Amino acid sequence: MNASFDVAIIGAGPAGMAAAIEARKHGLSCVVFDEAARPGGQIYRDVAQRPAQDRLSILGPDYYAGLELVEAFQRCGAEHRPQTLVWCVSEGEIYWRSREQSGLTLARRIIAAAGAMERPFPVRGWTLPGVMTAGALQILLKSASLVEDDMIFIGGGPLLYLVAAQYCRSGFRPRLILETTPRRNLIPALAHLPRALLAPHYLIKGLGMLRELRAAGVPVVRGVEEIEIEGDDAARGVRWRVGERWRREDAERVALHHGLAPNVNLAMALRCEHFWDNRQRCWRPRLDGWGRSSQSWLWIAGDEAGIAGAISARLSGVLTAIDVAHDLGMIGEDERNAMSAPVRSALAQERAVRPFLEALYRPAECFVAPEADDIILCRCEEVTRGEIAQAVSEGAMGPNQVKGFLRCGMGPCQGRLCGHTITEVMSSLSGRSQEDVGYFRQRMPIKPVTVGQIAGASVLVGANAR
Amino acid sequence: MFQLLDPGEFDAAFDFEGRTISAFEGENLAAALLRAGVRAFRQTPRSGAARGPYCMMGVCFECLVTVDGEPNRQACLETVRSGMIVEAQAGSAEIIQ
Repeated sequence: MNASFDVAIIGAGPAGMAAAIEARKHGLSCVVFDEAARPGGQIYRDVAQRPAQDRLSILGPDYYAGLELVEAFQRCGAEHRPQTLVWCVSEGEIYWRSREQSGLTLARRIIAAAGAMERPFPVRGWTLPGVMTAGALQILLKSASLVEDDMIFIGGGPLLYLVAAQYCRSGFRPRLILETTPRRNLIPALAHLPRALLAPHYLIKGLGMLRELRAAGVPVVRGVEEIEIEGDDAARGVRWRVGERWRREDAERVALHHGLAPNVNLAMALRCEHFWDNRQRCWRPRLDGWGRSSQSWLWIAGDEAGIAGAISARLSGVLTAIDVAHDLGMIGEDERNAMSAPVRSALAQERAVRPFLEALYRPAECFVAPEADDIILCRCEEVTRGEIAQAVSEGAMGPNQVKGFLRCGMGPCQGRLCGHTITEVMSSLSGRSQEDVGYFRQRMPIKPVTVGQIAGASVLVGANAR
Repeated sequence: MFQLLDPGEFDAAFDFEGRTISAFEGENLAAALLRAGVRAFRQTPRSGAARGPYCMMGVCFECLVTVDGEPNRQACLETVRSGMIVEAQAGSAEIIQ
């Protein structure tokens, strides 16, 4: 294992893999850190393994498009470090830990491609065993061929319908879809439809999925405004409200989903400038046209830069790597600009559909900033919405005071599962904008790490210094 | 109960809370536990409430278990090794001497 590289990449999803392949084309030495056992990220998770290999009919061609990318990545000569957590990053340095050891790797430039996570979906009972995200179900399907009968899907957005459709193809028709996307979203979305027609394959695919769910006879309840998952030690049932009317179903397994958000912890901890994207309802890092962040040695690619999907992620990985190659003096400015032109036009076409999808599936206020005081917002520390409201009424100015008062965001997930919610809830309570409320002040280490692992990496600091 | 779409021959077994669980060598640990019908992977430090895997991608830390005596392992990022001893994590981990 080398200790020093031209480029270090964090994440081996489409953006990270594409960036590594491009960096190698320019003769840069390259290391890729990834938490998963195999490359692919979440979108192409385990695409090169059986059991996924023989699931084309269920998972579809878009998933298998990742196979070629994974194979090219494995051949490109980048050093891949699977099952390795990056817990601290600073200029030129990456601190990591794997199961066996911890260490420090030096890199002249760093590309963060940590991807997305599902937007937190705080409803009553969302912490009960048996409640998972739709993405989690898809991961179980891709990597372990596991499916569950009688699943109830709750929420909205492309990933929810895709997983529900994949369940139908597996012969495990979901019992019910509870659609929480506000019906009124359609009107603002229509304004973006003409532009979305530049990327018609997304619209065709989306309509196809919805048709498939209809043909399979999956019942869909639209306009759901309130959700409650019942149970004491595990999920037992779901109640929902449409208008004034409550209904209930027994349920042991529930899948929640209402869109994705960038996984912001690393860039936030590095004090990269961020802004609140009101269309995507999430924080995003402020980047230049090449993906370079406000820290001049750090580029951010893929969904970590803003949700745009797998193809855009791959293209943005290529774009950042071209710019890194230029920054390290491997290519001149003209060459960089010429090389990136076709990538840029492909990106523009890919992203044409986003404003339409963002407007159509923008999650409702009542689910991103719930108003019932007993709903848990911070899963790790079991902090409720009522406690947050109390802290705000006592004068807590922002997320960091709430953290100090209540330990909210101080559990092992380090605010990933409550950060966006706290911004939204504090905004709705105070009437200030989300941008104004801000986010938790993140700090390294961005993943839990033992003192022994910190010490293990420090030994290398001395070795490198020599 | 989660079910396997295409049953194969299990070639590994590990221990969870005194139960022997059949699995595939190298498969995802959280998936193997879910397939075996395990719902609660841990109890929270604050209230003792039961929790199980939520995100399956290393973000939520709900699937923390102890693996071969080492606490705070994320089951969703862990792979099955035959003979491993897995325990549900009750509350906070003990500081190991």
